[in-house]
Amino acid sequence: MADLRDLYQEVILEHAKAPRNYREQGAPAAKAEGYNPLCGDRCTVFINQKDGVIQDISFQGNGCAISKASASMMTQALKGKTLPEAEEMFKSFHGMVTGQKREGGADVGKLKVFAGVCEFPARVKCATLAWHTLEAALHGDHKPVSTE
Amino acid sequence: MSAQVEMPRLSHAPAEYVAAAQFDVETVRADFPILSERVHGRPLVYLDNAATSQKPNAVIEAIANYYRFDNANIHRGVHLLSQRATDAYESTRAATQRFINARSASEIVFVRGTTEGINLVVQTYGREHVRRGDEVLITAMEHHSNIVPWQMLCDEKGAKLRVAPINDRGELLLDEFDRLLGPNTRIAAIAHVSNALGTINPVKEMIRMAHARGVPVLVDGAQAVPHMRVDVQDLDCDFYAFSAHKMYGPTGMGVMYGKSELLETMPPYQGGGDMISSVTFAKTTYNKVPHKFEAGTPDIAGVVGLGAAIAYMESIGIEAIGAHEHELLLYGTERLEATPGVRLIGTAKNKASVLSFVLDSIHPHDIGTILDQEGIAVRTGHHCAQPVMDFFGIPATVRASLAAYNTKEEIDALIRGIERVKEMLG
Repeated sequence: MADLRDLYQEVILEHAKAPRNYREQGAPAAKAEGYNPLCGDRCTVFINQKDGVIQDISFQGNGCAISKASASMMTQALKGKTLPEAEEMFKSFHGMVTGQKREGGADVGKLKVFAGVCEFPARVKCATLAWHTLEAALHGDHKPVSTE
Repeated sequence: MSAQVEMPRLSHAPAEYVAAAQFDVETVRADFPILSERVHGRPLVYLDNAATSQKPNAVIEAIANYYRFDNANIHRGVHLLSQRATDAYESTRAATQRFINARSASEIVFVRGTTEGINLVVQTYGREHVRRGDEVLITAMEHHSNIVPWQMLCDEKGAKLRVAPINDRGELLLDEFDRLLGPNTRIAAIAHVSNALGTINPVKEMIRMAHARGVPVLVDGAQAVPHMRVDVQDLDCDFYAFSAHKMYGPTGMGVMYGKSELLETMPPYQGGGDMISSVTFAKTTYNKVPHKFEAGTPDIAGVVGLGAAIAYMESIGIEAIGAHEHELLLYGTERLEATPGVRLIGTAKNKASVLSFVLDSIHPHDIGTILDQEGIAVRTGHHCAQPVMDFFGIPATVRASLAAYNTKEEIDALIRGIERVKEMLG
């Protein structure tokens, strides 16, 4: 039986209550909107990169504890990373929360607290909403990203 | 209690009282095999009945037995099985007619569900009668299925969708509804019971208001039929749609009632087999009502299942089901209101068995996951009623919705589950 404490770890709850980098950014930052139509979660990611390095990254939105904490910790993990590093991190994170371990992938560091999500398939989309939105921001997609 | 059992009635007591007195929830529960399942190691507490109800043995067996013993196509073969399948199909139409007190069995059109029923009316009656500059009137508490098809029609025709507002208890503002019925209103489409809030609308009064302006009314009865006696002649509605799967029947099956005089004048919905009288490459003559609206081989097993579900509900007594659920609703309301941090969304005076709520600032999705671990199935989200969520300024709610087999102990389990949520996330 999956243990709820694996899902709702203290770190996650703490980030959900006090999300980091929870703010807007104007130009020249790129932004994208993400939406999970199943639960109504919304997330906007703002990213300012220069010469392929993420200078600043932030988000806004409302959603469940998992989606908020995931967005908050994503912004912390990616600040100062190069864009290819960010892509690799997303792949590793995605593999972890969907239970598909990748050999030789990027180390997700503190984001390991989300490993428990793979025991709760209904919540994978909550954990990945911010990341899909980040992808859209990086690739200049102007249509809101949907998890469905 | 099985579908075959006829309920004895005592002559000296009102029917409602008799039904309630004979209602035994444990007997009802024993009819539903799924209720003995365990979820995450706990007994299943199924409180997601507004999404879909569970199915009794009577329905499961009727569908299985149809495939075991009677399966054939209908309205076609001269052979015995085809005759049996046709009889089963058409006798359910007659049973459905009696169930909602339609004048004639030909007023019962079988569809895939409430959604298809509404789309049928939009695509046939709607496309013929709604023109540029016309209006379609709905209410602010409609399910997406009674918004989007009309929106699509209005976009196509250059017509306007008008929305009658609600108050903060989730009750329709009847005067506003009356005021919005204008000279350009071509049809009104209203929920009998709100799926997100549980509000029971005064549909009879609304229909009277609409008819006074010559406006026909479609009623979305998906959330009403499982809980109360519906009499389409008494309501005088023009169309009434409902789904089998919310009333202990199978998914993919529903009913669209339409008044004969309207159905007769409406163009067909889909073209194909069974909806024709004769076909040549030059011209097709359409079949008579209701077959005109039932193109192709229908879900015969689904119709058989619907018939079993109607018989099952009648065997318990619809009034008894309603009375039991109302008692649970009052108990659940009282317990939730006494739980710190809980805010009920939808507190209409006249309510069906829906308990929609939010809890402090904890997101419903997190609540749903924790309740699930306790074996408790609730719906979390916008319940396909985003405008209702917007009205209350919330992204989502937790919704516990009740059926004939639910118990006070299950409400208690829900309250304990909420306490656990608060422990973990509060």
